[in-house]
Amino acid sequence: MSHSYDLIVIGAGIVGAACAEAASAEGMRVAIVESGPIGGGATAAAMGHLVAMDDDPAELALARYSIDCWEQYASLPEAEFSRCGTVWVARDERELAGVPARIERLAKAGVHAQMLDAAALYEAEPSLRTGLAGGMRVPAEAVVYPPRMARHLIRLAAERGASLHAGRRAMQLGDCSVTLDDGANLHGPLLVAAGCATPALLPQLTVRPRKGHLAITDRYPGVLRHQVLELGYADSAHGDAASSVAFNVQPRPTGQILIGSSREFDVTDGEVSMPMLRRMLERAFDFMPVLRELTALRVWTGFRPATPDGRPYLGALDETRNLWVAAGHEGLGVTTALGSARLLMDLMLRRAPAIDPAPYSPVRVVP
Amino acid sequence: MKYVRLDVDGQTVEVPEGASVAAAVATLDRCTRRSVLGGWRAPVCGMGMCFECRVCVDGVTHMRSCLKLAREGMQVITGG
Repeated sequence: MSHSYDLIVIGAGIVGAACAEAASAEGMRVAIVESGPIGGGATAAAMGHLVAMDDDPAELALARYSIDCWEQYASLPEAEFSRCGTVWVARDERELAGVPARIERLAKAGVHAQMLDAAALYEAEPSLRTGLAGGMRVPAEAVVYPPRMARHLIRLAAERGASLHAGRRAMQLGDCSVTLDDGANLHGPLLVAAGCATPALLPQLTVRPRKGHLAITDRYPGVLRHQVLELGYADSAHGDAASSVAFNVQPRPTGQILIGSSREFDVTDGEVSMPMLRRMLERAFDFMPVLRELTALRVWTGFRPATPDGRPYLGALDETRNLWVAAGHEGLGVTTALGSARLLMDLMLRRAPAIDPAPYSPVRVVP
Repeated sequence: MKYVRLDVDGQTVEVPEGASVAAAVATLDRCTRRSVLGGWRAPVCGMGMCFECRVCVDGVTHMRSCLKLAREGMQVITGG
């Protein structure tokens, strides 16, 4: 049997699933190769927060574009879309002074954000510790449940005729072909969306696993209303320190609270690290003391696929236009998955892309 | 036999000393907790493994009532 396709997507995390769905919607004959559970990698470990961060203009443009795409799923049960909004917290006047510029950058990108003075901050989130200066609220932002969404996107692709090679690992890339671990050969243009496993197939691309921890509590409805982050979160995310923590908590629709965040390079062991967990939780307790009283049910880790400049690789790897990549989204994979997929489709089909693709070029020179 | 009196959802309940809070709740027609969709839940294992017996005791939530001795003056809230 000839396995010949218009596009072979390697990796069915949220990014690969989004690309497979978009390609099938364009009428392409799609194959999907995934060695583990659909959405079982970083996608399953993630917080699922759809968030526009204003520090990097290219990241902001991609996030804004993709968040607009996510709106179509606001009522989809499989998305578990919860529009809790985001609150950013300023510890002191200096941090608060930077908020108006952020609001303006977000506004230029079409994201509506509001300044919060101290009174407004405590009205939005009464459980925060006293003495904070204020912050910023982005009311329209939401959280989704990524693994279920990845499964849904794959199902949509399959309904349009995509063939899922589940439990199969891509071993070797050839010219318009890929060999799987069972010896099968699939033929067609390739799109590698393998997250941290991308360099195993494309050694020319630098993707470093960046370990994170999350803890989830028992149900405590009403303690938290928004996803709340410290304004310094971006320093942790965009910095390259060997390890860092930043306050980031999310109210789940069940009333459980998801507590993050941590980042570590050069650790490949997925075991929970008690010292990192303690650091992360102490940071969270510092901002929200009530968390210390709650019961945690489970702690887990995941690995974000990080590139040297913090931007994903999106596009063609060479002039043949038979080898494509969509990987390296660090902590914004869920947020930017749908926009990444649309951008890839525009590039593949030679349509004018909605956003400038140059910042994410896989052949860019990365500092 | 000695008895202790405690408050369950505003109702006074009397149980023998040594009875669990779960036993006190069971004397009333109510559940210990509710599922996400509002269904009633009650103790299944009676030995601290199933977590269906959780109630709020003296302001502290998620207490396993099957493992808690009923004490004089306790304030218990169910249905959480």
